[in-house]
Amino acid sequence: MVVKNIPSICLSCGGCVGVCPHDAISLEDMKIIINESKCNGCGTCVIFCPVGAMTLEDKPTNEVER
Amino acid sequence: MIEIPRPVGLKNAYDVVVIGAGPAGSRCAKLIADRGLSVAVFEKRAEIGSPKRCAEGIGVKALQRMGYNGNERFVAQYIDGFYLYAPNGKEFVMDYGSPQGCVVERKVFDKFLAYDAAKAGAKVFTKIEVVDLLKDNGAISGVVIKYGEDVFEVKARVVVSAEGIEGKMARKAGIDNTNKLINVDSGYQYEMANLKLKDANKLYFYLGNEIAPRGYIWIFPKGDHVANVGIGIGGGAGVKRKAKEYLDSWIENHPEIFADASVIEENAGGIPVGGLLKDMVRDGFVVIGDAAHTVNPIHGGGMDEGTRAGEIAAEVICECLNREDVSHDALAKFNELWWKERGEKLRRIEKLRQVIERMSDDDLNFLADELTVQDIIDFAGGKNLRKLAKILLRRPKLIKLATILR
Ligand SMILES: Cc1cc2nc3c(=O)[nH]c(=O)nc-3n(C[C@H](O)[C@H](O)[C@H](O)COP(=O)(O)OP(=O)(O)OC[C@H]3O[C@@H](n4cnc5c(N)ncnc54)[C@H](O)[C@@H]3O)c2cc1C
Ligand code: SF4
Ligand code: SF4
Repeated sequence: MVVKNIPSICLSCGGCVGVCPHDAISLEDMKIIINESKCNGCGTCVIFCPVGAMTLEDKPTNEVER
Repeated sequence: MIEIPRPVGLKNAYDVVVIGAGPAGSRCAKLIADRGLSVAVFEKRAEIGSPKRCAEGIGVKALQRMGYNGNERFVAQYIDGFYLYAPNGKEFVMDYGSPQGCVVERKVFDKFLAYDAAKAGAKVFTKIEVVDLLKDNGAISGVVIKYGEDVFEVKARVVVSAEGIEGKMARKAGIDNTNKLINVDSGYQYEMANLKLKDANKLYFYLGNEIAPRGYIWIFPKGDHVANVGIGIGGGAGVKRKAKEYLDSWIENHPEIFADASVIEENAGGIPVGGLLKDMVRDGFVVIGDAAHTVNPIHGGGMDEGTRAGEIAAEVICECLNREDVSHDALAKFNELWWKERGEKLRRIEKLRQVIERMSDDDLNFLADELTVQDIIDFAGGKNLRKLAKILLRRPKLIKLATILR
């Protein structure tokens, strides 16, 4: 998995869903679900998350879409 | 496994389906139902309005526009002015002398808007998520809903997405409403009690790149010692830490307010402070509110803007349904009206934001020394920006920024 949500930190605000350029995240029943086949590890959600509840296993690629 | 029945009262088809019972969706649904059309509102949360993602500030005029008098149970505190602090500590005070705004309880306010929609005849459903759109020859013709583990199709002549920041249906309809990082603020907030506030009827804004890069910190009182204390920061370059970390350090550095305070609630959220959409409609489809980025780009207020977008959309949708033409070109009247009534102004305010966020603390202090509190109010309302441009032109390194305001 490229990007991971940490439910114990996440506040289910949905912001990461709105910034993901690849429509890879959804907020279902107040839980963040990442569609691994869509996520390319760009790290946009990691930069956005106000609380640090998204982590990348590897370093972000340089494809962050600002 | 227990078989889950169909949602109580669900019909197979409606004139309009609204996705999301936030302020934008409920307001739009109410006004469409008022005109005698059939409307269903699907809200995926179990409780409308909760959890909140909001500092809960709204103008009295906006409430009045929606038919409220300010004595409703959702009003937590009246607001009669504000304090604004430049990075160097320069204080701006505005005292209107009478309540101009209030801090509401979103968990109650959003429900009131939903009650009103229901009372007008709209059918509101909770814990039902819209997971897909139905299409007929390319036109949107309804939604697919998830109820428990089951899915149902519901037809609609027009589908309105009022899904907020997490909305996914506009993209499915072919409208790219992805929030670019430069156009969205990363927000974090505590609702706190036992604060020491010098005036619990004023809002507080603190500016500075050290404390809140490309954004600000706010205190919005909900009572004598209770307030929403939050931060919104830009999502792009120069932001080294998480919104939560910035806010925590700032709170720690202000024991005069927070020494004995407790946290009652924790909130986060994205604030679409830019990226206005030229085209918010498709055949049989309209997107409004945060999902369409209709937020004041300088202060991030989206309740007033979202409900206004809902009002304008309701008017256009009803007109189109009466004429039995819900094509893109017919619904595009919404683009035209919204841009005329709100968009042009928000676009100017967005430019102001682009200027402010490019300024160093030193530049902000320079600006603060030149401005009166009335200037700040004017600018935040998109007015008199020529004065700002003139001031910028006086500082060589800010000349470039003045061109943004053109
Ligand atoms: C930290 C912070 C502070 C803020 N402070 C203020 C402030 O002081 N004043 C102000 O006016 N604004 C403020 N805002 C902005 C304000 O909260 C939003 O602009 C406002 O809530 C937008 O209303 P909306 O109806 O468009 O969307 P929302 O209120 O987000 O409502 C969208 C609803 O749709 C539902 N939904 C989404 N997708 C689906 C689906 N597929 N199916 C079913 N339901 C769905 C969601 O669950 C949600 O209930 C703030 C925002 C943040 C993050
Ligand atoms: S942005 Fe962060 S807190 Fe908000 S839903 Fe995504 S992971 Fe959770
Ligand atoms: S890493 Fe990029 S593609 Fe993957 S979920 Fe986050 S924003 Fe989307």
